[in-house]
Amino acid sequence: MSGRADVRLALAAFDPATALGGFAAAHEAAGGIASFIGQVRAGEGVEALELQHYAPLTLPGMEALAADVLARWDLAGLLIVHRSGVMRPGEPIVLVAAAARHRRAAFEAADFAMDHLKSDSWFWKRERRAGQWHWIEPRAEDAADLARWGQARG
Amino acid sequence: MGGAARLVFLGRLADLAGVGEQAVLPGPLADVLAGLAPALAEALLAPRIRLALNGALVAPVGLVLAEGDELAFLPPVSGG
Repeated sequence: MSGRADVRLALAAFDPATALGGFAAAHEAAGGIASFIGQVRAGEGVEALELQHYAPLTLPGMEALAADVLARWDLAGLLIVHRSGVMRPGEPIVLVAAAARHRRAAFEAADFAMDHLKSDSWFWKRERRAGQWHWIEPRAEDAADLARWGQARG
Repeated sequence: MGGAARLVFLGRLADLAGVGEQAVLPGPLADVLAGLAPALAEALLAPRIRLALNGALVAPVGLVLAEGDELAFLPPVSGG
């Protein structure tokens, strides 16, 4: 077990730069921080993206994932911020940042956390196109992303 | 008669149910589902739907809802 986890479920728009700045300040001793920001893709006729969550499971699941990441890599800290609610194209959905003494652990930990957030956490997504909402079904690529880490979808 | 139990429908199941949650009389799950629209009951028992009772994943077999219980029906989560 290594550093500290900061895990947040954001119910309103958040600013990744502000969150990342605070995380970096909290981990000045770390030699590097790897981060990933996921945002709502513009184009393809998508007017809005909605993520729904289930409070009794979603944040506890994210916290369990963070604990798993910290057990696998030697990190100074891990930040996960994930939106729920309705977002417009260009708005941030997720921010993952890993702070570590050495960059390899930071890159790998952030990559692992993203693969599991995308395919194995309790969010249901739908897109609005031409005024109609369409649920997004699971993709085969998500299972393949998990298989990279030797894990099957739960 | 005591209080109710509650069913919670996530994702597309909420569209199908027309509501996000619904109060039901406590009792065996089979009896609870028999009181719902047949198309909804069938969708709720589809193989890929997972169940959470009061925040913990459970199997549907032999499930009995008590007063105050919350049973959530969880479709597969979406990537994208």
